[in-house]
Amino acid sequence: MTTTVTASSGSHAEVDPGHPPTSTGLSNEKVAMWAFLGSECLLFGSLISTYLLFKGQSQPGTIGPDDVFDIPYTSVSSFVLLMSSLTMVLSLAAIQRGDHRLTRVWILTTALLGASFVAGQAYEFTVFVREGMNLRVNLFSSSFFVLTGFHGAHVTIGVLMLLSLYSLSMRGKLPTSKAETVELVGLYWHFVDVVWIVIFTLIYLIP
Amino acid sequence: MAIVTPERPGSPALQQPLNAPVRFLRRPTGYTKGLWGWMTTVDHKKIGIMYSASAFIFFLIGGLEALLLRVQLGAPDQTFLRADTYNQLFTMHGTTMIFLVIMPLSAGLANYLLPLMIGARDVAFPRINAFGFWVFLVGGLFMYSSFFLGGAPNGGWFGYVPLSRNIPGHNMDYWAFGLQILGIASLTGAINLIVTVINMRAPGMSLMRMPIFVWMSLIAQFLLLFAIPVITVALFLLSFDRLFSTNFFNVAAGSDPLLWQHLFWLFGHPEVYILILPAMGIVSEVLPVFSRKPLFGYQVMVFSGIAIGFMGWGVWAHHMFASGLGPVAVSAFSASTMFIAVPTGVKIFNWISTMWRGKLTFTTPMMFAIGFVAMFTIGGLSGVTHGVVPGDTQQTDTYYIVAHFHYVLFGGSMFGLFAGAYYWYPKFAGRMLDERLGKIHFWLMFLGFNMTFGPFHILGLQGMPRRIYTYPEGRGWDVWNMVSTIGSFIIALSIAVFILNMWKNRKPQEVGDDPWDARTLEWTIPSPPPEYNFKEIPLVTSRDELWHRKYTEDEHGRSVRREVVAEQPKMEGTEVEPSGAEGNATPDHVDGEEAHEGSGEEHEEHIHMPSPSYWPLVTSLGLPVISYGMIYKTWAVAILGGVLTVASLYAWALEPATAPEDTPVHGPDTSGDDLEAVPA
Repeated sequence: MTTTVTASSGSHAEVDPGHPPTSTGLSNEKVAMWAFLGSECLLFGSLISTYLLFKGQSQPGTIGPDDVFDIPYTSVSSFVLLMSSLTMVLSLAAIQRGDHRLTRVWILTTALLGASFVAGQAYEFTVFVREGMNLRVNLFSSSFFVLTGFHGAHVTIGVLMLLSLYSLSMRGKLPTSKAETVELVGLYWHFVDVVWIVIFTLIYLIP
Repeated sequence: MAIVTPERPGSPALQQPLNAPVRFLRRPTGYTKGLWGWMTTVDHKKIGIMYSASAFIFFLIGGLEALLLRVQLGAPDQTFLRADTYNQLFTMHGTTMIFLVIMPLSAGLANYLLPLMIGARDVAFPRINAFGFWVFLVGGLFMYSSFFLGGAPNGGWFGYVPLSRNIPGHNMDYWAFGLQILGIASLTGAINLIVTVINMRAPGMSLMRMPIFVWMSLIAQFLLLFAIPVITVALFLLSFDRLFSTNFFNVAAGSDPLLWQHLFWLFGHPEVYILILPAMGIVSEVLPVFSRKPLFGYQVMVFSGIAIGFMGWGVWAHHMFASGLGPVAVSAFSASTMFIAVPTGVKIFNWISTMWRGKLTFTTPMMFAIGFVAMFTIGGLSGVTHGVVPGDTQQTDTYYIVAHFHYVLFGGSMFGLFAGAYYWYPKFAGRMLDERLGKIHFWLMFLGFNMTFGPFHILGLQGMPRRIYTYPEGRGWDVWNMVSTIGSFIIALSIAVFILNMWKNRKPQEVGDDPWDARTLEWTIPSPPPEYNFKEIPLVTSRDELWHRKYTEDEHGRSVRREVVAEQPKMEGTEVEPSGAEGNATPDHVDGEEAHEGSGEEHEEHIHMPSPSYWPLVTSLGLPVISYGMIYKTWAVAILGGVLTVASLYAWALEPATAPEDTPVHGPDTSGDDLEAVPA
């Protein structure tokens, strides 16, 4: 039965999609990931709106963006995160070619770049705290830490997923037929990157 | 699991594996029965039943709370409840009815019916489906545990700040974390059902052939998908304020508490449509069946549903007209609020036109459906009056508002859900509910409902404010409050009749596949359906597929019953153009080797269904542990809960969706080739 219906779906017939046939031709996992990312847009949208609403409302004389932001430093860590999207793409290309050694190299590189970004954020936070800014100081500090903290948590989860992929691949449980798993983690990873571009622009660059 | 035979439990074939040694947390199989079978099931039908049953129990609890409130308000100057108890009860009544009753009842129906209606064998992610249910249940129990741990939430169901930020005690912490947990349940459920409908339709089941209940549920799930993250953020901000003294709603630090209202209602108004759209879908299924006519204006129904889904995002500030938004915002939201009545009104006219000149039979589901149309119209009309800003300024925070939303949520959603309960009960349970008791239930509920909530309109216009725990004599409110209290007990009586009806009909009956002479695919299969739903994935050639298999038209265009129910076209006929949905949508692999194309009856032995799993349940248990840890700032407990959740997520991800047949014992070395849960 499966075979017949696959045959009836025309263009999909020749290529094995690596998943049971579906109405759209996309795998369930991929549709689910897109839906989830759509939901995430509103999560970050709400957080960013909160920040933008509150950043000018702190009591005058308390700590503000101009006192703490170190644009060159954050630019470097943003660059690191952006490069990780490139290595993510390279790892997907590698597994689609069936080159599992290179897949692992790029996955691990991506995870390391992501981890460097998180470490950079942790360092940035400690510097800010040393300068007298913490969750409680004013509206700016509360909304800054919660927004960037949420983003950092997302990157951390991404790093964990990448390390899981690496470990699966090491044990030979990430064959080429499972390339889509890498693609899905990649979708999440690129999304988190894009969100950072928005945050970096709106929060750091625009005065 | 593989369904070896469709025989009932107790047959020798099913008992054999039970003799195997039972080990601690051995992976359950398709043969696992009893409580453990239910706790580990991934069958969308069992999950749907568990959703509905749990939600019904919460409905009884929420109803009990309402009765206590009504006793307190039945006469002036009552001392039956203390003010603080009253606050807890009205907060929990609202929270319960919305998040623990109507949403999960809709989720339960959608879970049960969506795969059946689109011709699928299960949902897209059976284990995530089970996870969603368990998270909902532990979320509800977590919130209710507050009654025993220092007091239930007491800041109102929409938890306005700065009040809910500053209330001492942990009451509102339970509310915030409880809703957060329930949000996870809704979000996973929404993603799952969206993917199911988009991706798993049977061949030929194009979008515009889908039953209208599928459409309305799909729109509601999209609304959930985008609305849940907004309240997630709002609740996080509130929790951070309460736990870590951040300043989001700290007015002294210059914060604007209106942010809470915006975030809450940006979630809250789509939420209203999340509550009503599935009920609209139910009614749109029931009315055609008992009018013996197709739904009037199917396309318009679909597009008005979509229009409601979009416009529902642009009306939230009508909840905030009294907060001083400024004339421009107020005018815009006033206009959009009146506009959204247009697609809703279109639906009402379509329902009426469906019944117009139909051959009506007044069964219980039909009566509830008509009750829905009438009561929802009243609620909808009072809703439009809220769009009139000067009027709304007068009505805000009075019982007029309470009357309005009970007419749409009880007169609307609950009447619709009861229509669905009576309509699909034979399919769920394999037995009919008694028609006579059903009609007594309907008339008692109809009477009680109007007695309880009708007077609220008058009380509201007389100026009785919401959320007061008592009132002095001589305001002119006494009589109507007493009428309302009597009405509330009539509703309680009607629910007792419903329970009696289920109890009296607890024994299986022979109801057949299609007791109502219905129109949609779920009635082509036995009642209750087998685990795999469809022996053969149906091939859909028209809207109201079953009707067209049963009926044809004579030369005058009247429908006449076919002598033999038309066989469904065979699958090999690839010439049959399954327009719209390209490709098949089998949820689970039908054993490719042995099951040859459309070989009909025999291949049911090879239908592979996903195996049960206890990981969804275990994973869900971590969430309340995290929440308790956070609320009481016992970080070790919170971390423990986090570790439990993450560890069980990994175990879940490494567990194959379908256990290899000949290795029923689950061990760590069973080939971990399934990564369903990696992204989620």
